[in-house]
Amino acid sequence: MKRRVFAALLIGSAAGGGARLAAQPSNEVSIAASKFEFTPETVKAKVGQPLTFVLTSFDRIHGFKMPEFGIRADIIPDQETRVTITPTKAGSFVFFCDIFCGDGHEDMSGTLVVEA
Amino acid sequence: MQHTDRRDFLKLAGLAGVTFTAGLFPRRQAAAQGSDFHFIQFSDTHWGYKGPANPDAEHTLEKAVATVNGLAQKPDFIVFTGDLTHTTEDGKLRRERMQRFKEIVSALAVKDVRFMPGEHDASLDKGEAFKEFFGATHFTFDHKGVHFIALDNVSDPAARLGDEQLTWLAADLEQHKTDDRIVVLTHRPLFDLVPSWDWTTADGAKAIELLMPYQNVVVFYGHIHQEHHHMTGHIAHHAAKSLIFPQAAPGTAPRRPPPPPFDASLAPLGTRDVAMGAKVTITELPVTKA
Repeated sequence: MKRRVFAALLIGSAAGGGARLAAQPSNEVSIAASKFEFTPETVKAKVGQPLTFVLTSFDRIHGFKMPEFGIRADIIPDQETRVTITPTKAGSFVFFCDIFCGDGHEDMSGTLVVEA
Repeated sequence: MQHTDRRDFLKLAGLAGVTFTAGLFPRRQAAAQGSDFHFIQFSDTHWGYKGPANPDAEHTLEKAVATVNGLAQKPDFIVFTGDLTHTTEDGKLRRERMQRFKEIVSALAVKDVRFMPGEHDASLDKGEAFKEFFGATHFTFDHKGVHFIALDNVSDPAARLGDEQLTWLAADLEQHKTDDRIVVLTHRPLFDLVPSWDWTTADGAKAIELLMPYQNVVVFYGHIHQEHHHMTGHIAHHAAKSLIFPQAAPGTAPRRPPPPPFDASLAPLGTRDVAMGAKVTITELPVTKA
């Protein structure tokens, strides 16, 4: 049975912004992690619009890290991990697996494109 | 031994590469506690790698062993700062690679050799196979008045030293005076070199905080496959080249690019000689004599 895991909503860095008490509804994007890729690899967001990553894995534990937003989470197989950010500036920001998962781990990354 | 003498004999041997000289222990006066000595650092040998970044990967380690054996002045000891073997998810193949690696480096004339794991060796089985072949993944030793601390930031696949090892480090440091000479060996950078490339240690800042009260600390590491020098306060961090394939320069792209194809003209591979006294002289050694 799937368990839903709610990752902490973190107050971000300069790129990240943070929780809004009078929050706008959060957009959601589902990302599947598997050796050695995230699907989709590129995700779009808008400045000021909360975005929730819904992270799943079906092969092994992976990590999800976005240093510019000060967030990271474990993606545990057969669980759903949710991480919410609110971008405060436009740009491209990398997310990647930070749990070594094999030959190809170093290539397991993606890009969040934040538009104004 | 004078450092200039050492550079001279390396040049005579046709081995001298780029030499980097710095205050090894910036807060230390010239009078040394012990004799000067030198050691060799191998890093990121990735035995078992096959790919376009090094068409000669099968022979590079053997050539480097021969080069080090040919040094006019033998090092006191040799350290391997991780990624001895290239990763594989097959535990049997991992052990075969470690066995073959061990056979090749057994030809080193200097028999005082210290091995450390990289994530390619240890992250998929938490260091189990590494320990079978090479022993502990973190340890200390002393040499001519210098205290060496080998830290393991790879057996945890999340690149953490972990509270247990940090407690062990703190207890070890408590046994030393704040002006003792301390060398830290590690695989990944302890500081945040390029967080978006995962060139960091998740809890490396805690180790640096423990080391900070000690006035004479230097760190030698690998992982990034290139020479790099960085200061965190008074602590110097020196990254070593890989023996087997190069990586892109830190932070030159948003996402870490794959290793560049082999380019002999760049000759970016090799080992390094570290001469230690009141100052450090790091001499990069190519894989083989020209």
